[in-house]
Amino acid sequence: MRYWFPYPLLSLSLLALWLLINQSISAGHILLGSALGISWAWIMVNLQPDKTRLRKIRRIAVLTGHVATDVFRSNLAVMGVILRGSSRPANSGFVTIDISLRDDNALAMLSCILTATPGTAWLEFDRQTGVLMIHVLDIENGERWSDLIKRRYEGPLKEIFE
Amino acid sequence: MNELFIIWSILASQILLGLAMGCALFRIVRGPRAQDRILGLDALYINAMLLLLTFGIRTANSIYFETALIIAVLSFVSSIAFAKFLMRGEVIE
Amino acid sequence: MSHLTDLPVWAAIPVCLLLLTGSAITLIGSLGLIRLKTFYARLHAPTLGSSAGIILICLASMIAFAVLQNRWIFHEVLIVIFVVLTTPVTLMLLGQSALYRDRIEGSIDVPRKTTREEPDLSALDI
Repeated sequence: MRYWFPYPLLSLSLLALWLLINQSISAGHILLGSALGISWAWIMVNLQPDKTRLRKIRRIAVLTGHVATDVFRSNLAVMGVILRGSSRPANSGFVTIDISLRDDNALAMLSCILTATPGTAWLEFDRQTGVLMIHVLDIENGERWSDLIKRRYEGPLKEIFE
Repeated sequence: MNELFIIWSILASQILLGLAMGCALFRIVRGPRAQDRILGLDALYINAMLLLLTFGIRTANSIYFETALIIAVLSFVSSIAFAKFLMRGEVIE
Repeated sequence: MSHLTDLPVWAAIPVCLLLLTGSAITLIGSLGLIRLKTFYARLHAPTLGSSAGIILICLASMIAFAVLQNRWIFHEVLIVIFVVLTTPVTLMLLGQSALYRDRIEGSIDVPRKTTREEPDLSALDI
């Protein structure tokens, strides 16, 4: 089973993509989409990505909720910073954080979360020292930001991926 | 009354998006450095895509959706290529 | 052939509200491109349009098309997924290349590359 369907999640999402693009759920499209999804999963085998098993569905749901609320809140915060303009400029700056995450997929996930949130942008990660540098638009104090990221994102990601 | 309201609100949102495209264009023209211009171009792509979606709602025609999807795909590729060029001076290594 | 006026009131009001707020948020984000001072601060501005703006306007489009054409397959989800997945990658790469260029030019505004700290043997007092 694992041999024939190496990446079941990828195949399923490709099938969903195909059906959404064609806007139909007729049998022919389902057949074509499944063939496409399964053959793409075989191509992925040759690329040899790092395999991670997603366990802990509950942790993923909690993390997704956190990310959604943070994106919402920081949208409001960034809008405030832009609109209040030059009268009270935000002191933006670089923040360095020591993180102990090493799994490639988890790091990619963390970078996407941090950059998708307006207000923080991932700039550089040194794999040897484990020092991550991000840019924060409205920095209040660096300690709080690094604490927040470590507690809110790094911990759950570590649990999910490692 | 209802018809007028929805037509006007779509027009208003199109004007807002047009202004947003103007802001991004300003950054492309003015941008002191190359990375500013690329950032402006990326924002311009996203704003144009949103404008196409509003056109789609206005005319109730789903062909605009496909155009928006193509812009979404191409904007990613072109921005990545530009950023890569800034970093290395070559696009394909 | 504008069938838009066939939209019933209960659907028209959320569509209008979503469109107006979405485009206003996008405008604010693009305004940030002008008003913010440094490049790294400007890097945050387009994320407003590409997170909140995209989601709100696609939601409006979904409601409009679902009610007008009675078609409950939401292909606008594709745009949302695509943009939400790709924008971070673009901005990350752009930020990295800007950092690289600033360091090459020896700009004082950006932090130096973090190097591995050698343990200070003299302070250990063995």
